[in-house]
Amino acid sequence: MQIKSSREPLFHLVKRDKIPWWKAWLIRIGAILLALVACAVISELITGVKPKDLFTTILHSWFGDADYREKFSIVQNRKFWILLQETAILLCVALAVTPAFKMRFWNIGAEGQVLMGCLASAGCMLLIGDSVSPSMLLVIMFIAAVVAGAIWAIIPAIFKAQWNTNETLFTLMLNYVAMQIVAYFCIEWAPSNGSNVVGVINRDLETADGGNYGWLPNIFEGFVKDVERPRMPEYAHIILIVLVLTALMFIYLRYSKQGYEISVVGESENTARYIGINVKKVILRTMLISGAICGIAGFLLVSGIEHTIAMDTVGGRGFTAIMVSWLAKFNPFVMIVTSFLFVIMDSGASKVATDLRVNESFSEVLTALIIFFIIGCEFFINYKIVFSRRNGKKLVSASNAVTSSDNDNSK
Amino acid sequence: MKKFLSLLLVALMLVSIVACGGKDDETSSVNPDSSQTVNEENDAVSADVESDDAESIDVEASEDLPSVPSLEGKDLSDLTFGLICLHDENSTYDKNFIQAMYEAQEALGLSDDQVKIVTNIPEGSECYDAAVELVEDYDCDIVFANSFGHETYMIQAAKEYPEVEFCHATGTMAHTEKLDNFHNAFASIYEGRYLAGIAAGLKLNEMIENGDITADEAKMGYVGAFPYAEVKSGYTSFYLGAKSVCPSVTMDVKFTNSWYDEALEKEAALALIDSDCVLISQHADSMGAPSACEQAGVPNVSYNGSTVEACPNTFIVSSRINWAPYYEYIVACWANDVAIPADWCGGINEGSVVLTDVNSKAAAEGTVDAIEAAKKEIVDGTRYVFDTANFTVAGEKISSYLADVDTDAAFTKDTEVVKDGIFVESIYRSAPYFDIDIDGITIK
Repeated sequence: MQIKSSREPLFHLVKRDKIPWWKAWLIRIGAILLALVACAVISELITGVKPKDLFTTILHSWFGDADYREKFSIVQNRKFWILLQETAILLCVALAVTPAFKMRFWNIGAEGQVLMGCLASAGCMLLIGDSVSPSMLLVIMFIAAVVAGAIWAIIPAIFKAQWNTNETLFTLMLNYVAMQIVAYFCIEWAPSNGSNVVGVINRDLETADGGNYGWLPNIFEGFVKDVERPRMPEYAHIILIVLVLTALMFIYLRYSKQGYEISVVGESENTARYIGINVKKVILRTMLISGAICGIAGFLLVSGIEHTIAMDTVGGRGFTAIMVSWLAKFNPFVMIVTSFLFVIMDSGASKVATDLRVNESFSEVLTALIIFFIIGCEFFINYKIVFSRRNGKKLVSASNAVTSSDNDNSK
Repeated sequence: MKKFLSLLLVALMLVSIVACGGKDDETSSVNPDSSQTVNEENDAVSADVESDDAESIDVEASEDLPSVPSLEGKDLSDLTFGLICLHDENSTYDKNFIQAMYEAQEALGLSDDQVKIVTNIPEGSECYDAAVELVEDYDCDIVFANSFGHETYMIQAAKEYPEVEFCHATGTMAHTEKLDNFHNAFASIYEGRYLAGIAAGLKLNEMIENGDITADEAKMGYVGAFPYAEVKSGYTSFYLGAKSVCPSVTMDVKFTNSWYDEALEKEAALALIDSDCVLISQHADSMGAPSACEQAGVPNVSYNGSTVEACPNTFIVSSRINWAPYYEYIVACWANDVAIPADWCGGINEGSVVLTDVNSKAAAEGTVDAIEAAKKEIVDGTRYVFDTANFTVAGEKISSYLADVDTDAAFTKDTEVVKDGIFVESIYRSAPYFDIDIDGITIK
């Protein structure tokens, strides 16, 4: 806050009372529109790219242009399904971090936890291969991924519960440890000596029904007949799995006793202790769940999408997921929207670079700009600015409002 | 306050994410247009590989390169060419591909709509997605990917779209995969590095003559990306080039295990300089090593293109692969309905292997002439980079070597590659397979 004179601030931030939902959404939509205007101005000024071209290019990157949509029906539209699949994976990681964050346990180690899940899946796929049946292999991979993710999450939780170590730093560091472990195995498993590139695993190891060992089967294949190159089956199962997970997480957080305990511990550990909640137990249990879901995300990534392992397999989703979860205020269903938002912003970037021949970094600038506006508008939904008048009394009451809102914002 | 704190935290995370995303933001100023001092000679390169050998394998690379089909009277207006790059222009490696693409675009008279460049595609399923997108969105007829790890995903896309040509630089699997529409390409860049090595050796000789170092102290440093054949073949040829003019030279090699990591490459170069390396070269894609050299005042032999603008006092010369000839070649094949060979390895004659201008400020006197002379001998077939007479392994000369030419998980050594005392590089596949640790080179 800026001080205008020795006593009188220029403006105050006043906590709003709960504003109606439609008003909040008006503000949000307004913010996005403003962000788009800002993007348009910046792109015109810096790169000379016409805003119209920019926006149509971004739009076409989601579902394709008119020609594309004519050529490919919804079942064949890869762009659309990739978009949904990307959303699903990001959503899955966001679901994983949510219980921990709701508990005010700052787990920024999702990246590493997912990566360990990926590593475990890839390892099983590579080392076990066809020595068990394909479905058995998938089960083993799944369990290994869940266990690996959970272990990577429980380590900082134990330290937090026992010795109250700083979980933010701890989980962050574990990301790098995970990356280095993966780097080691990339060297071990690379088929071309020293190249450190693992490549597609079990590419030539086909199962009886035409799939590959350790690859998630396209269970929806039977649903689309007489369609040339149907794309939906390649992506739909992952989307479905994550949707089920989303519903389960919603129910868990909203209606289960454990979900309630998480909220209480998050609001105040002392309160939790007072009403007889075993805080240590809740921390450990929640992180175990968090890590296990990260493991599932890792399994889906390796078994369903990438079929390989590399240091950048997770690709920063562990961090983006935090924003997804936070912007949705930890509501799993709202997270569907926020994760979709992040994915579509990202997907436009590379198409803009290809079609308009501007560096991809420029698109990243635009993405960042939009995110700033969105986060900024959340601020204005929660607070309003009251400019000081000469009237001293008004000032006092306004600053009271701030203090009182601070006191009761434990809500 | 809690709300404030949480907002702050979100903002902080945002910053960290944005920071993570902008991995390639360091600008590098590479001058791509520096004219080539290498003249294209018309004599054919002839390595002594006869196909009358008992287990003769289809030798499709190097001297057996098919001639370029004529584009006379061909209509290219239907063509769309897609290029998939690992990074963007901030990486010297990718910049080299992109600049060559622009060159080829101009030479072939293609419009911007006919050349689609996709950047920052990691070595994962994103590559498959990008390839399919190029085919579906832009109706690309040729899709080219530039990074080693893209290969398996390109093969996946190639199987799905048999009507589209998929070409892949630096890959190793085309000759075993046997798909009609998947091809590997490389260049005999080891010859370029050998020539650049001569410039390095002359520089060392100059230092010895000036009394800056003794002959025994002529130690070079080399920053390599990964410890595999492509890099090993590169630094060994560079070393042999230097050794051909400065017999006492030795070399230390440090690996960064990353193709693009500016900080690591810089650190590795500085560590080499600290351990008394008096000249540095590199095979990694950032400006890390060259700028470290400029800072420390140590001469540098660069790669991927001239770095003279950023390093005016220390840059000697750079070898690079010019991809434009291959781009033009595959377009010509496409236009004439001629099959593209599984492996294509361009050389000096094709204009695929080129040297940049020699920087007279840093290079020793007579460098240009010495390079020209050696180049002529290589082109004439009177000098071989990997002549087994010129190097030893554990004190012994080698007379036979099985190389791992066919990619498999067990690294099976499957092909005899020493013929008549010459290690024949890039003949059985376009990507290098020289991976012998020779005497005089120490891996740190």
